[in-house]
Amino acid sequence: MKIVACIKRVPATEAQVKVAADGRKLDAAGWQYMASFYDEIAVEEAIKTKEKLGGDVTVLTLGPSEAAKEVREFLARGADTGAILKDADPSARDPRATAKILAAKVKSLGADVVFVGRVATDHDNAAVGQMMATYLGWACVSEVVALDLGAGKGVAKRETEHGVETVEFTLPAVLTCNKGLNEPRRASLKGIMAVKSKTIAEESFENVPNQIAVVKVELPPARKAGRIVGEGAAAVPALIDALRNEAKVL
Amino acid sequence: MANIVVYVEQSGGAPRSASLQCIGAALSTGHSVLAVTSGDGADRAAAALGKYGATKAVALVGNAPWSPDAIARDIAKVVTDNGAKAFIAAATTTGKDVAPRVAALLDCPILTDITALSAQGEAFTASRPWLAGKAIATLTSSASVFCATTRPNVFAAVEANQTCEVVTAQASSDGKAIVTSVAAKAGAKLDVKEASVIISGGRGLKGPEHFHLIEELADAFGSAATGASRAVVDAGWRPHAEQVGQTGKTVSPKLYIAVGISGAIQHLAGMRTSKVIVAINKDPDAPIFKVADYGIVGDAFEVVPALTAAVKAARQH
Ligand SMILES: Cc1cc2nc3c(=O)[nH]c(=O)nc-3n(C[C@H](O)[C@H](O)[C@H](O)COP(=O)(O)OP(=O)(O)OC[C@H]3O[C@@H](n4cnc5c(N)ncnc54)[C@H](O)[C@@H]3O)c2cc1C
Ligand SMILES: Nc1ncnc2c1ncn2[C@@H]1O[C@H](COP(=O)(O)O)[C@@H](O)[C@H]1O
Repeated sequence: MKIVACIKRVPATEAQVKVAADGRKLDAAGWQYMASFYDEIAVEEAIKTKEKLGGDVTVLTLGPSEAAKEVREFLARGADTGAILKDADPSARDPRATAKILAAKVKSLGADVVFVGRVATDHDNAAVGQMMATYLGWACVSEVVALDLGAGKGVAKRETEHGVETVEFTLPAVLTCNKGLNEPRRASLKGIMAVKSKTIAEESFENVPNQIAVVKVELPPARKAGRIVGEGAAAVPALIDALRNEAKVL
Repeated sequence: MANIVVYVEQSGGAPRSASLQCIGAALSTGHSVLAVTSGDGADRAAAALGKYGATKAVALVGNAPWSPDAIARDIAKVVTDNGAKAFIAAATTTGKDVAPRVAALLDCPILTDITALSAQGEAFTASRPWLAGKAIATLTSSASVFCATTRPNVFAAVEANQTCEVVTAQASSDGKAIVTSVAAKAGAKLDVKEASVIISGGRGLKGPEHFHLIEELADAFGSAATGASRAVVDAGWRPHAEQVGQTGKTVSPKLYIAVGISGAIQHLAGMRTSKVIVAINKDPDAPIFKVADYGIVGDAFEVVPALTAAVKAARQH
């Protein structure tokens, strides 16, 4: 089975946010980066699928050369190959462009199944997986929390507001992975040593221009200063009064 | 005036409120709304949409099991057949699943979870959070069809007296992914994304056995949802569907009450756009108080039961 896991290098969740001088992007000075939280789950599911059904796992990213660090980490955990579609600033791309570029690569790899994250925790699109599948003409289940893959088909579960859906789908497919699907493993020392000096192939790709443009980026309006209404249970009447007469939410 | 196609979710013929808000958002641009409904009761739901401002509604009927790729194709066809300039759905689990597929079928990008929308003629501008709300980006689209999902509880539904032409069309049935069953949620609890009041608990509650305090306070408000910090979700005390924050759900309820939650940057990112924030924490220096409108410094085990009783009493008057 040809398995692909897509990962995106995003700012660490601790990142403090400042608007850049041009008012159209964020100032990345001092940021640390990580693979998006849900991509860890995607890679884990890819490796588990290989362990169960055989095959090999390619970790694919559209991103800067620096993403080699994250890719290497996943190779150490058990993925076989890494590929970087070299793009200096993937966060500047709209989800259509990202999905089309990734779909072209996935197709050339001849993948049977692609695991992506539910959402990349930078621009929070939660769209690239579904769009990639649509461009490929494949099945897609989003926000998967349980999965059983077999020959040519699979069954997934996803959580919705009205309950847990069971979804049957045909392969090839794109699955967007949600928390709860698995517990990502850590790399073994042996795995880390084995990939230490591995170079990750960087590739070029046919560009897809953006159709979305940034007008401006702002920080959210500061919340107006609040107040401590009191201490302990004795403060409850003051809180009820404030909620009812000031905030008018009760 | 151009058409905006809005996908309206419904159950048993009753349109979902997040979808009615979505119609409201579309109408606020000055364009007209062509609604699409589907599933059991689609025709009845469609017939009700004039009251919320739709001028036309297409009910996709048929007994086909739910398939996100099949419905996406049906919606994209309505968009194309009617020469619509925009397509919008609510950012619910269904909308988030289906809308990006519609966008791809139209070969257009999508702006998900938008919190503001305007148009000058057929040029649409929308705002949406980045990094779970640490920043807000305002964006324009040069795509042939502007595609977006609207965050629940941000836009207002409108009441109108519009005559709405209802047409039915056959839903397609050849999906590549098909929902074969839905296990209804125990207690039919409200999801945090859609609730107007959320009571969230954190590690300060000391153990899963104490979350009845959170549930009872939620019940006292009538229909509030219960939320949680990542710490308690990771500890297995609460299901991950309840996690609020940068790697959970981003919410904007009318009232958010955080109990025993310290207010880590990743948690704040998910709830700081709530209209009113209340914090209950025994540590007066907890960062949650920096975003709270009202705070009580104290022991949750003492404060929450008293608050539950007081809310019940207040709601009876
Ligand atoms: C990659 C990444 C992603 C993350 N994503 C999220 C996310 O999406 N959502 C999220 O919530 N977190 C997230 N976190 C975790 C976050 O950094 C915090 O660790 C977490 O929010 C802390 O949860 P907490 O407030 O329940 O626990 P703590 O920080 O331990 O706070 C417990 C609070 O309870 C108070 N307390 C204790 N006893 C009582 C009592 N008897 N009465 C009243 N108050 C009491 C304490 O004073 C303290 O303030 C993420 C972290 C990382 C690294
Ligand atoms: N630049 C990228 N490179 C590789 N994978 C990506 C990229 N952007 C998005 N993805 C994948 O698509 C998922 C959803 O991303 P998004 O739709 O941007 O929230 C991510 O979790 C990744 O798995």
